[in-house]
Amino acid sequence: MSANTIISLPDQGTAGVPKKNYLTQENGLLSWLLTRDHKRIAILYLLTTGFFFVIGGMAAAIIRLELLTPTGDLVASDTYNKLFSIHGIIMVFFFLVPIAPAVLGNFLIPMMIGAKDVALPRINLLSWYLFTIGGCVELYMMIVGGVDTGWTFTTPLSTHYVNTNVIAAAMGIFIAGFSSILTGLNFIVTIHKMRAPGMTWFRLPLFIWSYYGTSIIFVLATPVIAITMVLIMLERVTGIGVFDPAKGGDPLLFQHLFWFYSHPAVYVMILPGMGIISEVISNFSRKRVFGYTAVAFSSVAIAVFSFFVWAHHMFIMGISTYSALVFSLFSMLVAIPSAIKVFNWSATLYKGSITFDTPMLYAFGFIGLFTIGGCTGVMLATLGVDIHVTETYFIVAHFHYVMVGGMVSAFMAGLHFWWPKMTGRMYPESLGRLAAVILFIGFNLTFFPQFILGYLGMPRRYHFYPPEFQVLNVFSTAGASILAIGYLLPVLYLIWSLKYGAIAGNNPWQATGLEWQTQSPPLTENFTVMPVMDHEAYDYEWLERQTLASQNLENQSQANQSQVRPKETEVPRAG
Amino acid sequence: MNHISPVIYQFLVKRLTDFRLFPPEASKIAPQMDALFFFILLVSLVGLTAVVLLVASFSILYNRQRHPVAVQVEGSTLLEATWTIIPLGLFLMMFVWGALIYFRVYTPPPNAMNIYVVGKQWMWKVEHSGGQHEINALHVPTGRAVQLTLISEDVFHSFSIPAFRVKREVIPGRYTTVWFEATTPGTYHLFCSQYCGTNHSQMTGDVLVMTPEDYRKWLAGSTSGASLAQNGERLFASLSCAACHNARPDARGPSLANVYGSRLTLANGQFITVDEAYLRQAILNPSQHVTQGYAPIMPTYQGQISEEGVIALVEFIKHLDSDYRIQQTLNTTDLPPGSEEKAAPAGQAPATQGRVKK
Amino acid sequence: MPDSPAMTHGTQELANSADPGNAANSAHPEHPPYLLHHFESAGQQADAAGFAMWLFLLTEVMFFSGLFTAYLIYRNWYYRAFVAGSHQLSVVWGTTNTAVLILSSFTMAMAVWCSKTGRRRELTLCLTLTFLLGLGFLGIKGIEYHEKFEKHHVPGRHYSLQSFLYPDSDAAARAAGDRPLPLDDARHTEVYFSLYFLMTGMHAAHMVIGLCILGFMILRARAGAYTAGHATFVENFGLYWHFIDIVWIYLFALLYLISRH
Repeated sequence: MSANTIISLPDQGTAGVPKKNYLTQENGLLSWLLTRDHKRIAILYLLTTGFFFVIGGMAAAIIRLELLTPTGDLVASDTYNKLFSIHGIIMVFFFLVPIAPAVLGNFLIPMMIGAKDVALPRINLLSWYLFTIGGCVELYMMIVGGVDTGWTFTTPLSTHYVNTNVIAAAMGIFIAGFSSILTGLNFIVTIHKMRAPGMTWFRLPLFIWSYYGTSIIFVLATPVIAITMVLIMLERVTGIGVFDPAKGGDPLLFQHLFWFYSHPAVYVMILPGMGIISEVISNFSRKRVFGYTAVAFSSVAIAVFSFFVWAHHMFIMGISTYSALVFSLFSMLVAIPSAIKVFNWSATLYKGSITFDTPMLYAFGFIGLFTIGGCTGVMLATLGVDIHVTETYFIVAHFHYVMVGGMVSAFMAGLHFWWPKMTGRMYPESLGRLAAVILFIGFNLTFFPQFILGYLGMPRRYHFYPPEFQVLNVFSTAGASILAIGYLLPVLYLIWSLKYGAIAGNNPWQATGLEWQTQSPPLTENFTVMPVMDHEAYDYEWLERQTLASQNLENQSQANQSQVRPKETEVPRAG
Repeated sequence: MNHISPVIYQFLVKRLTDFRLFPPEASKIAPQMDALFFFILLVSLVGLTAVVLLVASFSILYNRQRHPVAVQVEGSTLLEATWTIIPLGLFLMMFVWGALIYFRVYTPPPNAMNIYVVGKQWMWKVEHSGGQHEINALHVPTGRAVQLTLISEDVFHSFSIPAFRVKREVIPGRYTTVWFEATTPGTYHLFCSQYCGTNHSQMTGDVLVMTPEDYRKWLAGSTSGASLAQNGERLFASLSCAACHNARPDARGPSLANVYGSRLTLANGQFITVDEAYLRQAILNPSQHVTQGYAPIMPTYQGQISEEGVIALVEFIKHLDSDYRIQQTLNTTDLPPGSEEKAAPAGQAPATQGRVKK
Repeated sequence: MPDSPAMTHGTQELANSADPGNAANSAHPEHPPYLLHHFESAGQQADAAGFAMWLFLLTEVMFFSGLFTAYLIYRNWYYRAFVAGSHQLSVVWGTTNTAVLILSSFTMAMAVWCSKTGRRRELTLCLTLTFLLGLGFLGIKGIEYHEKFEKHHVPGRHYSLQSFLYPDSDAAARAAGDRPLPLDDARHTEVYFSLYFLMTGMHAAHMVIGLCILGFMILRARAGAYTAGHATFVENFGLYWHFIDIVWIYLFALLYLISRH
């Protein structure tokens, strides 16, 4: 075992990807489109969200190019507005919200808790179809001309003043919303009812805790955006007047309903990331996460608090000063569990045995970027400062630090970490590390200047801007091009690794989770024997005993040579 | 350089000369807000440094080469309590400090000079009480509290002056207010910061801060003859408001003299203090705002008066300290109602004072 | 979405087609046919399905809560308009509909009982009755909507303030003893009718979905699918149906009985 990596691979000469696994179980397009296997559905989600990421990313690229110069010389204002609206809608509803829950969550939750599948596999497939149909509606919306309301659909602009395809955009979100609801519902039921024997709540991996928090938000918040989107559509079609000030309706009510979903949704975009980081940090420092209980409960606390902070998006909109006080206070409080997590992750490293494999580099990046995003979030939660920096590039930078710097880094960490489990093959490690560094540098160069721009006062969603802001915008665009490389590189080498990557074996990372104690890629039913959880989460000593025992067994029975480390496909038993 | 690449030349010479990292502080609140910002920034930097130092030093001390076998540490309630309570204390401090500034920004002092701002796609229309009318520009004096009363004619806008560190959403259907006291003469940016449609990014303008003397000169040079209240008086007459609000013993509506700032009991038993927002509501949705003791007979003027017209009326009522002038107009305005009613809302303000004054 | 249990608890054919080569399934031949491969026991399966249904109803509560919030705010602001608007609704039809729906809830509860006790013919009968009562509810709702349509009380370009500005010209308003509303108040009745159509419309949409599932269930019940010891689906659908019933009771109180407390 090399000193700077933890990877331990089977002998490449004799090893092979197991012939029978969830990928080879059945063949043909139909077997994928009608699958109820949570792992295949996760792959379907990976492909669709990846597709939408490309669309959203292209919109972002044109936006950044346009902002190279202070005057609009690349696209017209209408086009520019459509671009950032599409970027927002696609990235929020069709990439960030589904990416971690639907891809990694679907793949891992049943395996981590020792179940054969999620509780409602057919509903799971239905979720993917709803998501895809919603996405197709958005594609239709883009083809017939786009929408220019921004992803926030502010009324009365969206209901009475624009003549773009608001209805299609809202319909797409409405349909995809049910996908979120059903995914969250499925996860909650799965976590409650499908845990393996011995898998008590406090033996769950922290990944599961954070996904549980995410699912609570899905279930409680998403229905509200659904009804809000219905109201927007009906207001445009039929002329009902719930949000129309001309008829006595209140446009601020829309803001309340919209942010009642959209703020918790922000935590949907970060909580899964926190779960991934807990797994990765623990594994690459060979240590149980410092303060397991605190980290577990902070996930639930974030999910609960997230429902009481929505009006901090409306501090300058003339809500009463007293409600502003309450919402500011709660917004401060929601930062506490996040701070706890960051410190606990750092403390996890203490006396560990740390290696710097790609997932760990992404995790370090996550901690840094998320801390910056969180601190600027506190600035925005502070009533006084919020007045100056809200609605400017400061807020743009803040949420990109949390969602892109945080969530996308975490997702990349998770994708690299579980890639061998998903595909049975390793990605190229040195390229992986390079990409992680490029992503970090590119990201900071893109979004850090935007903090300064925001404090200088440059409003968001500006097509033309005063020329003195140009230098910082040029930096930002330059950073974006580096960032693009940071995204493109993993796509290329991950695809390459599908065919040429090293054979991963069951547990290349020496990780403790149940998902690693079965073959990679797993069988359709995940485990050959129902696993029994007889140890705490992140019990690396248990793993060592387990490995020793299986090696002894292997030495004893020389007959079984056809499989690599056959005992690891077995389910953990008392060591 | 110029002959190699004009683009780079322009970028280097022109842009780098006005490059800045920090906005000017041109109002009384700006240094206070910046102080809070720097406090949070400092705390954030300390926190970030702590995290980075921890991660970096542990990475060096406990990497696999140096520390091949991890030592399991379960957690420490004391440590965790420390890093829960210290941030909590700091956050509460920021919260209180921020709340104080928030109250300050959104609570205008009683002697503030009021300027009305109407936002519409995609311009700012500014109405000074002296009748000065500006588009996409705002002239203010130094050393004087200025309150802005903001309203939108169509969609949400947001009135933002970064150099003053103030911003307020401009909402259709209700007044919002913000105030500031400018300190440094100069020209500053004025932005619409809430996305409002196609030309959102061009809904900008200049805030021109002048010394009180220059400001007086500007006021005198830009007046259109009639003050906002005078326009309001004309409108008041042409809409026949005086038919009821005339303070006669048999008047069907309450007297409006000195009503501004007074405390009223409404027909539904509610107590309110009369401010601009109430006056506006009482004109547009009178049935919801009937003064106790009067019948809900006032017709609504929703859709009949422009926002500028409402502003003029509000300004007139605000400055009404006796009923004498109303009774005067009552005797003199026997014009046919149609002739002026049409001219008043749509035509009046722009026709007489529509020039852009800079 | 309400059909979630339907999709979870299929019959043997469905379960088998899901996983033709499932080793776990064939390894446990003693499993009842309706047990899906990834559950350990029928109890766990029923538990999971019931829990999922309750969670789903929670999301439904959140869905409607957006509308209820809007209702509460506007009712507070525009109370007079809401009263005048509610006088345009027929309490008689509303009460009838409430009775119809409560009765259908009763027949649904009976259906669950029949399913649990294995009474196939009675189950089919109860489900059919529930179906007919549900149709009846929608029919009555249709009559009410038609009336609103004729009086131009549907929000939008053709909305008419006639009944509120001149209540003497309107039978319902006259019967309720309405006095003419001032114009600004009268205009706010459009907000009331917006909410009326939104809330009852959303409710009716849920009814339609429910009826579709009911129709499907009647066919399956006749084939004996729910009387072979596996009542979970009927039970969960019952929960959904009772939920719709409860929502309607709230709507009835909030929309029809504003000034009659």
